[in-house]
Amino acid sequence: MAFITANWNPLGEAFYRKTELYEMCWNLRDGLRDCLVAAAPYGGPIALLREPVRRSPSSRPQLEIYSASGVAIASFPWKSGPVVQLGWTVSDELLCIQEDGSVLIYDLFGSFKRHFSMGQEVMQSQVLEAKVFHSPYGTGVAIVTASSRFTLATNIDDLKLRRLPEVPGNTWSAGEPTCWVVLTQDRQTKVLMSNGPELYILDTTSCTAVVPPGLGPQAGSIVHMSVSFSYKYLALFTDTGHMWTGSSHLQVNTKKTTPPKQMVWCRRPKSQQPSVVLMWDRLLMVAGVTLTPDPRFPLEDPCVLIGELDGVRIISSANQELLQEVPLVCQEIFKIASMAPGALLLEAHREYQKSSQKADEYLREIKEQSMLGEAVRQCVEAAGHEYDSNTQKSLLRAASFGKCFLTDFSPEAFVSTCRELRVLNAVRERGVGLPLTHTQLVYRQFYPLAIEVCRYLKIPDYQGVSRVLKHWASCKVQQKDLSDEAIARAVCVKVGDSPGVSYSHIAAKAYECGRPELAIKLLDFEARSGEQVPLLLKMKRSQLALSKAVESGDTDLVYTVVTYLKSEMNRGDFFMTLRNQPVALSLYRQRLESRLSLLQTAVDEYNKAKNEFSAKATEEEMRLLRFQRKLDDEKGAGLLGLSLQATMEALLALGLHKQAEQLYRDFRVPDKRFWWLKLKSLAEKEEWEELEKFSKSKKSPIGYLAFVEVCMKSNNKPEAKKYVSKVTPEQRVKAHLAVGDLEGAADAAIERKSDSELAAVLARCPASDRQLLDRLNRAAAAAAKK
Amino acid sequence: MAAHLSYGRVNLNILREAARKELREFLDKCAGSKAIVWDEYLTGPFGLIAQYSLLKEHEVEKMFTLKSGRLPSADVKNIIFFVRPRLELMDIIAENVFSEDKMHSPRDFHILFVPRRSMLCEQRLKEQGVLASFINIDEYILDLIPYDGDLLSMEYESAFRECYLENDQTSLYHTAKGLMTLQALYGTIPQIYGKGECARHVANMMLRMKREFAGSQNQILPVFDTLLLLDRNVDLLTPLATQLTYEGLIDEIYGITNGYVKLPPEKFAQKKQGEASKDLPTEPKKLQLNSAEELYAEIRDKNFNAVGAALSKKAKIISAAFEERHNAKTVGEIKQFVSQLPHMQAARSSLANHTSIAELIKDITTSEAFFDNLTVEQEFMTGVDTDKVNTYIEDCVAQKDPLIKILRLVSMQSVCNNGLKQKVLDYYKREILQTYGYEHILTLNNLEKAGLLKLQSSSRNNYPTIRKTLKLWMEDANEQNPNDISYVYSGYAPLSVRLTQVLARPGWRSIEEVLKMLPGPHFEERQQLPAGLHKKRQQGENRTTLVFFLGGVSYAEIAALRFLSQMEDSGMEYIIATTKLLNGTTWIKSLMDRPESQSS
Repeated sequence: MAFITANWNPLGEAFYRKTELYEMCWNLRDGLRDCLVAAAPYGGPIALLREPVRRSPSSRPQLEIYSASGVAIASFPWKSGPVVQLGWTVSDELLCIQEDGSVLIYDLFGSFKRHFSMGQEVMQSQVLEAKVFHSPYGTGVAIVTASSRFTLATNIDDLKLRRLPEVPGNTWSAGEPTCWVVLTQDRQTKVLMSNGPELYILDTTSCTAVVPPGLGPQAGSIVHMSVSFSYKYLALFTDTGHMWTGSSHLQVNTKKTTPPKQMVWCRRPKSQQPSVVLMWDRLLMVAGVTLTPDPRFPLEDPCVLIGELDGVRIISSANQELLQEVPLVCQEIFKIASMAPGALLLEAHREYQKSSQKADEYLREIKEQSMLGEAVRQCVEAAGHEYDSNTQKSLLRAASFGKCFLTDFSPEAFVSTCRELRVLNAVRERGVGLPLTHTQLVYRQFYPLAIEVCRYLKIPDYQGVSRVLKHWASCKVQQKDLSDEAIARAVCVKVGDSPGVSYSHIAAKAYECGRPELAIKLLDFEARSGEQVPLLLKMKRSQLALSKAVESGDTDLVYTVVTYLKSEMNRGDFFMTLRNQPVALSLYRQRLESRLSLLQTAVDEYNKAKNEFSAKATEEEMRLLRFQRKLDDEKGAGLLGLSLQATMEALLALGLHKQAEQLYRDFRVPDKRFWWLKLKSLAEKEEWEELEKFSKSKKSPIGYLAFVEVCMKSNNKPEAKKYVSKVTPEQRVKAHLAVGDLEGAADAAIERKSDSELAAVLARCPASDRQLLDRLNRAAAAAAKK
Repeated sequence: MAAHLSYGRVNLNILREAARKELREFLDKCAGSKAIVWDEYLTGPFGLIAQYSLLKEHEVEKMFTLKSGRLPSADVKNIIFFVRPRLELMDIIAENVFSEDKMHSPRDFHILFVPRRSMLCEQRLKEQGVLASFINIDEYILDLIPYDGDLLSMEYESAFRECYLENDQTSLYHTAKGLMTLQALYGTIPQIYGKGECARHVANMMLRMKREFAGSQNQILPVFDTLLLLDRNVDLLTPLATQLTYEGLIDEIYGITNGYVKLPPEKFAQKKQGEASKDLPTEPKKLQLNSAEELYAEIRDKNFNAVGAALSKKAKIISAAFEERHNAKTVGEIKQFVSQLPHMQAARSSLANHTSIAELIKDITTSEAFFDNLTVEQEFMTGVDTDKVNTYIEDCVAQKDPLIKILRLVSMQSVCNNGLKQKVLDYYKREILQTYGYEHILTLNNLEKAGLLKLQSSSRNNYPTIRKTLKLWMEDANEQNPNDISYVYSGYAPLSVRLTQVLARPGWRSIEEVLKMLPGPHFEERQQLPAGLHKKRQQGENRTTLVFFLGGVSYAEIAALRFLSQMEDSGMEYIIATTKLLNGTTWIKSLMDRPESQSS
């Protein structure tokens, strides 16, 4: 325990420690000499290409892929052209950048996936140097050619090549930049390049000279530069042995004039100070705040440095180490003579295990400062940072011990730290080899383990298990030796209805692999039509896409397919397709094409449809229109467009009785309606004689109460009274009341002995008319008796 | 402000709060001052979710109505379009954006699609070359709007028309989505019943979507026990009949839109004392109607004939309460009286309003025309002379009464007779065309398509069987102290509500025969509940059913369902959801074909 600080090296305020991660399982004959090495970040795999520069055309270098612990994953002879650079993408695909500018992509298991080229002009003037970088968009590749032109691709999955402008002027002497790096900032990708003491920033449009503040001309030419893992910090190394780092204005004289082989930032998030690790042939040096770089570590073997989020991995042929700044909380606990609450708690627990009463003393000391909560928190946090499981255990035990003396301490942090540590320890096992996050686990095809991890860490299904299954299924469909059915069945059984697994994603993979039938089978399992349809369209299965869209009930999707079909198919096919989908057809009619002028073709259509009524009605309408046209021409009546009724009304109002009668006969207008019409029209024009004549022309089909009411509406009581006697007995009371003849109404009601009618009259009878009231009441009583 | 939403069995305020939260989140996405350009149709529904004050808190400084041409100038950083996903609106937006670019200060544009974003619309914006001008394109899923403590509406006016005339099932998709949202907030509904084609379709989509959302479902104890989906076309009759509840009559006569009614101002002007009576207000009086108003909650669902008595009783209580002041002797008593004063004054002004409304309605309900119309309706519903041309309808046509009234009556006759004989149908149609104009042939055609007008097929009229089995006509409907739902139509018990009632007890199996006579399939589905979410029911605890009317529901039907909820022995409480609140007039109107509005 006391030796925990043995590998700590102070630098300024902080300490640095170098921990061994693995003794490498690999057996490299010549070490790492003359090798192109690339290791993926986050404890990723290592790719190795031996002797990239061929000695003779016949010799084939070997490309090898190892896990971080050195377990061989794949190995095959390199048959393609000379390789300039190896690199890993964010999804652990291996990029091999060749001299001719073509980039070959392999998966983790060494099988070829695809390739692309960095542009035509590169082919002629070979790639000098290449770099793989990670931008917010994905993984990018930058190259510089022998003619000193840079070409960038910010995302290899969505390849867009950007050729950067030439560096101006004659300052270009050596013909090649002495060193350069790729910067990604604010979603922009730039190249920073040095040429002697000068620095230039190249972006897609311009080349700007920059002067780093505080770097005097006496510093000399820049021979090496490095950006931090987060692309936030920059370090420059000059030929006079000075190192300059960006934001901290740090200038360190390394007193080494040879440029370092590698220079890598070593910085943890929230660290107290920036520092850079420099590597020469036999020396490793950490350069921090102080003017003299310290600590230094001698190296026996050629090594490779890999920048990580929180440190630097050092890979040599024999082992792998992690160099990192000691986290503050670990410093506080383990620093010699530390009085931090965490340190005291650890000590207390140690004494407690020895059954010593000192445990109580330590505890008391912490509790007196009421720092026990803080102490537990420190221990838990420190455990998370420790690599050695014994240290982890003792820290966690101490935390658990301290927790007993606290009443309301939330155990959440403790539990989740335990969980995470168990997972991390499990994956650090040599056989698995250090992946840090569960996604990385997935990409290495340790599916069962990954699923267990997800379940254990209680990651919601949606983000965890489902993603693992998805990846597994995508992999499954690429197995060429299985039949479509077998794969579909296997996928279905495993994935089932797991939430969040996108069958369309798997299907898309299958389609990419040239298995459209399998893709369709898989798509059938997809519940989200919004996902099915676009892929089906891409596969040109428009019929299926349409029916799926209709099935989904999402009309917007139907429209999308219909619009697509319309642009893709000829008219005949288009309508044939639609015919099979009535919903789609009606939607098409409704919205997409302007409506047909229904009136024009109505008659034909109705006849075709054997809708006799409508056909006849339409013909009648045409006849009416012709009639209206004629009368408009002759008399200027302004009838066009009126309904039949309105036409007759207008004719009567104009006194054109004959024409109105003609329409009445021609169009077989029901008597009732015509009588109403004529009655109202005559009353309105106050042609009372004409009205009387009309009333006598034949027995009124609408009765005579209507006459009474219409006359009253025109305030002509005498005329109204003329018709009262003609009203049928049932309506006579109403008629009398309408003209205000109470006596008459009373007589009629009494005669009919109807209590409801008697009541109606009574209601209208003024209280002053005693005599009438008595009569009515008597009659009502009589009617009631009966 | 929306407290009345939370009083019911199910706290619908949760839904409203969720909607408000989402709105706030969107508004905050557009940093800085903003102006909203409204699709006018949306302002009503949005009013139920958020008042202007909420928008103002989130830096909304101006509001405009979406129209073509240039946007009015406003010194704001963001312009946000709140629109339905309609192509014609996209063209207007494009025009707005284009004319904007010519001006000096660049403003940021955003679109909020309600209720859903549409690829088609985005495509149109792209074609117009303005898609790239928008910084945010988002959707605001406003399917079910909480309308009252027990009522949700999508306010989707054309839903019935789209489903039955145009075979366009967009509204059903939104319905299913809305129900999913509801389930996300109130838990999975374990039982689904349904009747009708659309109901089947919605249920299918829900089950399908459940698969899509699987895993993201949260663990909520289900609030609803049952969902009942009902197609409007299962019961075409009910909305055609004149509603006779207080709220129903207000809607029939004045029309309630988004919870507001506009009334003729004369009656209300006199109430103000001390003002010269000459200058009558010309603006119609706008009143909000919901259960937040105690008196309204009490009388809204009563038969109108029972409203008078309720109002006078209330008047007595209120004046008695005011009289209390004479009894208040001690300082404490007076203090207590004063503290109640605002409440009493509100009650008094509410009473005055409703007395005025009741007077307005009474003028109409006591008119002869109203009486005659009602008589004919009731004749039809009881099956009197439904197979002959009706004289009253003839007279109405001759008098050129409003076309919608005629269509309502003829449709009603047709529905009550299970279709009309060729001769009768043709006669009515000719009458209508000749009187109101040929162009209405399209409307008639629509009504036939929707099944409101029908040619009697050879099979016999099954309406009497349905009427008798489901007891749709109750001779002795008690309007004052109802004991059956038939009070809402003074005799007629709404078919849709009867189906709901029978489903609760004794179950649909008892009316299998009748269900077969009604259009569309009937079905039952069960949704698995996550383990541990099965409700442990207490003795005597009521079950809750969500009744969803696809294609619209009338206020009288709502009243009938509320009546069932209140019945002591029903053991069931109902929450009502619909695509649109309607009455016979608005419904027929939505089915009419107006040539001038077709040119799109």
